[in-house]
Amino acid sequence: MELLLDSLFNGVAIGSVLLVAALGLAIVFGLMGVINLAHGELMMLGAYTTYVTQLIFKLPILKPFYNSYIIVSIFLAFIVSGVVGILLEKTIIRKLYGSPLETLLATWGVSLILQQFVRSVPLAYGTGLVISLLIGLFLPTTFPSKIKESINFKYFKFSSWIFAALTGVLTGSVISSSVSKLSRASARNVDVTAPSWMRGQVEIIGTAFPKTRLMIIVITLISVIAITLFLNQSAWGMRIRAVTQNRQMSDCLGISTEKVDIITFGIGSGLAGVAGVAVSLLGSVGPNVGGNYIVGCFMVVVLGGVGNLLGTVLASFGIGIMTDLIGAGRLLSIWPDMPLFLSNTINFFATTSMARVMIFALIVIFLQFKPTGLFPQKGRMVEN
Amino acid sequence: MSLSKIKFDKKIVLSFWIILIALIIAAPTLLPVFRLNLLGRYLSLSIVALGVDLIWGYTGLLSLGQGIFFALGGYCAAMYLQITSSSEFPNNIPEFFALYGVEKLPFFWEPFRSPIFTFLAIWIIPALVAGLIGFLVFRNRIKGVYFSILTQASLLVFFNFFNGQQKLINGTNGLKTDVTQLFGQMVGSESMQRIFFWITAILVIAAWFFAKWVVKGRFGNILIGIRDDEPRVRFTGYNPVIFKTIIFSIAGGLAGISGALYTVQSGIVSPQFMTVPFSIEMVIWVAVGGRGTLLGAILGAVFINYAKSLVSEALPASWMFIQGGLFILVVTALPEGVLGWIQGDGPRNLLQRFGLKRKIETYPSLEVNNKEGNNEK
Repeated sequence: MELLLDSLFNGVAIGSVLLVAALGLAIVFGLMGVINLAHGELMMLGAYTTYVTQLIFKLPILKPFYNSYIIVSIFLAFIVSGVVGILLEKTIIRKLYGSPLETLLATWGVSLILQQFVRSVPLAYGTGLVISLLIGLFLPTTFPSKIKESINFKYFKFSSWIFAALTGVLTGSVISSSVSKLSRASARNVDVTAPSWMRGQVEIIGTAFPKTRLMIIVITLISVIAITLFLNQSAWGMRIRAVTQNRQMSDCLGISTEKVDIITFGIGSGLAGVAGVAVSLLGSVGPNVGGNYIVGCFMVVVLGGVGNLLGTVLASFGIGIMTDLIGAGRLLSIWPDMPLFLSNTINFFATTSMARVMIFALIVIFLQFKPTGLFPQKGRMVEN
Repeated sequence: MSLSKIKFDKKIVLSFWIILIALIIAAPTLLPVFRLNLLGRYLSLSIVALGVDLIWGYTGLLSLGQGIFFALGGYCAAMYLQITSSSEFPNNIPEFFALYGVEKLPFFWEPFRSPIFTFLAIWIIPALVAGLIGFLVFRNRIKGVYFSILTQASLLVFFNFFNGQQKLINGTNGLKTDVTQLFGQMVGSESMQRIFFWITAILVIAAWFFAKWVVKGRFGNILIGIRDDEPRVRFTGYNPVIFKTIIFSIAGGLAGISGALYTVQSGIVSPQFMTVPFSIEMVIWVAVGGRGTLLGAILGAVFINYAKSLVSEALPASWMFIQGGLFILVVTALPEGVLGWIQGDGPRNLLQRFGLKRKIETYPSLEVNNKEGNNEK
């Protein structure tokens, strides 16, 4: 019983990282049919945001609040990755609408650039750049409508970008002068240390669970609930669902699909940032951190099907639990006296990398029976 | 892209042949061995690029997993070389087995004692694996992005498998070939490398003719039909699954040959051939050269790799930026690649823009409608 609980918990923990990482990917894929290969790098940005927030909270002014930095960094990571995602949508993805394969390649290019960016640009100035992007993109939308509609709006826009750039440079230099660790570029991995209240273990029904893992499960839970509420209760959520179901019809009914695309992509990218916070709690943060999770996310999307959050949730927990069952060779301890050839096979696959091999084989077998995932969209179209 | 664009511009092809033959004749005498070796490697990479062009440029299947077949071909060649030069090691098996305490040769190494089997295995094994993966995926009408990410996932699976199995194929260290013997000669030696260069050059030309033959005629038309409108092909009475499987395994076989040639020239095959970035790079060679042009794939593979080695020597950090920018640029600004741009209306439009050439009057509504039709798809 204890063993089973332990296994279940491990599986859920693996699955919840996958879930929070795949959630954004699944929503964007459902809406736009676009696979964002830079999703892993948006996660990496979220993880680096956690690192930067942690260092900034070590400054004397913010020292008393140090313990709460992880909560703050969740919001910051959402904003940082969201802003980068919105920029990505506005500059590249929108141009490639309707050609998903080209989008795949372009986003791969973006991911290469982002990886090299964190290697060769000091994090302080990277932060400054993100802040200027944030101001430049959002300041013009806060102007009163009188200015927005005027003919000179482009000058206002232009001046707000200049203001944004100045603020960004200023923040960058302030951060780099006050936090020496952020003032130099480095390709080395960095470590995020959890605040003291998150270290150690909690005991539930006689089994000890590490607190960081629990925290990740909580983050995932909150993200899933928030997204579900947003999609099902808010006006924009309804528009997103409408466009996901039928883009042309929604467009005809007066929904601005352009805005829906931006908002969805922003939220999807922001969720990648939140996933980055979760990932930073599990191990060290480096430029390649996203790549370790991205293929798992793809598998979740393939398995879960499009346009249904429940499919994503089930698929990620399914993959998580299976990974744990196979990777740790748990079947052997549940059923110790199995035939020799079976136990040999299980031992052969009882490593993390071989578990992936097995899981992929299982997914391919599954797709032979249900090619469109757990919850396929119903329809009578030839192409979907 | 219409059918007419697939036809080759005679002038370009002729000049390409002249340049290529001159290059191949001149290269071994002009270039130092190091550069010659690099050129030979890039030429061998252009064979895998030809395969990518066949499946992506002609059939519209974007595979991000060609590295699997590339590495399989490489492993076949390396296993033969290792096993035939293992007579001085204990138990008559390759040296690395001793490190892991393996005394008996794993069963699947046995057939590689035979050179004939190896020469067949280099392209048949990758082709069979590709055919199997392809059939399982295509059978369910999985396509588009789904197909791409499934190939990427299978790439990662093969990587994990080869990376983890030290006792079977030396895991992450890979198999070295440069210190092995072939026909009594050291594979890494200068004279052998020169021979490999010749073989590669001849095989590139052969592969090009083969690919041209494949896309010619009805078979090629069906491939293009699948790319442009698969349901219509199906409704016309063809089964796209068969054609897709065949072309995918052809591309796999080409990748295997390419991998074997690359392995003997670079001196090692390792799971690094199956990393995700390398397989996506193959796609960008084709994209830059020109999709659906075959020639573009060869030129793209050679020139981009050459540029990569030059830039990486000068400014190591900047190559990632350049490569990333290249991906974005070629997809947004130059979707038909350099060769497609030249064969199409690119140069004329450019000259028109600078006022050097008179605009040709066209029937405007026709072109506008065409464009809209393409965007909707």
